[in-house]
Amino acid sequence: MKARYAATILVAGLIFFAGYAALFIAPDERTMHLIQRIFYFHVPSWMAMFTALSVAFIANIAYLATHKPTWDSWGVSAVEVGVVCCTIGLATGPLWARPVWGIWWTWDARLTTTFILWLLYIAYLLLRGLLDDPEKKATLSAVFGIFAFLDAPLVYVSNRLWRTQHPQPVILGGSGSGLDPVIGKVLLLCVIAVMGVMILVLIDRYRLEQLRREFEELRMEYETLNLEPSSIGKERL
Amino acid sequence: MSTARSCAILLGKELRLEFRTRELLSATIVFALVIVVLFSFAFDPTAAESRRYGPGLLWISFLFAGSLMLNPSFARERLNDTMDALRLAPISPFAILSAKMLANLIFMSLVEVVLVPVFSVLYNVSLAGVVLPLILVLILGTIGLTVTGTVFSAISSHARLRELLLPLLLLPILTPLLIAAVEATASLFVEQPELDRTWVALLAGFDIVFLTASWLLCDYLIEE
Repeated sequence: MKARYAATILVAGLIFFAGYAALFIAPDERTMHLIQRIFYFHVPSWMAMFTALSVAFIANIAYLATHKPTWDSWGVSAVEVGVVCCTIGLATGPLWARPVWGIWWTWDARLTTTFILWLLYIAYLLLRGLLDDPEKKATLSAVFGIFAFLDAPLVYVSNRLWRTQHPQPVILGGSGSGLDPVIGKVLLLCVIAVMGVMILVLIDRYRLEQLRREFEELRMEYETLNLEPSSIGKERL
Repeated sequence: MSTARSCAILLGKELRLEFRTRELLSATIVFALVIVVLFSFAFDPTAAESRRYGPGLLWISFLFAGSLMLNPSFARERLNDTMDALRLAPISPFAILSAKMLANLIFMSLVEVVLVPVFSVLYNVSLAGVVLPLILVLILGTIGLTVTGTVFSAISSHARLRELLLPLLLLPILTPLLIAAVEATASLFVEQPELDRTWVALLAGFDIVFLTASWLLCDYLIEE
């Protein structure tokens, strides 16, 4: 419990400092000026999303291999957190694109891929809501999760071949790319801070899922006890 | 019994069931025709325009028709609990799944055999000289559609609102297939048609990825 409070305070401090650094320490961009600063949270949110969805993919495979309910809890928690990160990325992207590209949205490879991923993982959550039997829910949603994750590279490749407009990767993006050292440091800080928030929320969401599962089991137990008056009677005696 | 033989027997069962009434096939063909006709009101089907919109419209109608047609594939088995009987039989789960995939592939191909000539006439798109490459694109695209569609039909058959859920799961997954199939078909509907190999390769890649995935995961789909 103590470690949890310490981690929460640490991450809260980090994200506060990251916000300050992104707004005041990072130098002004030559052509885009203020609006460029959205990139300090746009890029980390995508990294957090890919991390969360990879955790979900591993959890889905692990669930099918072991049939342990804890893996199912990790799966659903990671997908939910991933969808939230994806939504942040999809919301901050157009805010930047409107002044820089002159349009809110474009059907570019990266944008389309993440939009499709967002739809797929929302479908995953809807599917879970529409399956009643807990074991069926875990197995079938794990299968769907694996299919969805396998689809992501295909969506990306097909859109890449089709049309692309998103800025090329600035970091490790080949010749002519590269960041100002201060920008690089601020971005690294933001990545660490956003990842920290993502991991904290993921762990909390996992705890919640485990509590729900426990509650559901207790409720079932209670209901079966109620159906058999004799056993209740025995306990009372 | 070998997987291939049990698959062939189950395929025979699927085909017999359908061709007794032909209700699924006729309804799907009519539905696909309705979409093609409706599109002609949404977009003006003059010759030059139809060359641009044609491939997209053709594949959208296949995808929509497929996402509705694939629904009963597993839901049908639940009606008389015949899925339990299939599971009890000494056959591999992949035989059950692949028999359904093959049956759906045949049904979907029949829908396309009817729809493509009708589309060609209504939208004034000439198919002369491109029939063979077009068949290749149609087959590759339909394999991808029926493989993923049959797997998702097995998933959604356990859920509430399954008729609505299946398109919701299936259509986003099919995005790369739709892009590749439309672009490959478009490369055949121009003045000097030449099949674009990149898109054919992508279609084949999609089929291989999801066929392998469904072979690996079929145990979990069929088990109770």
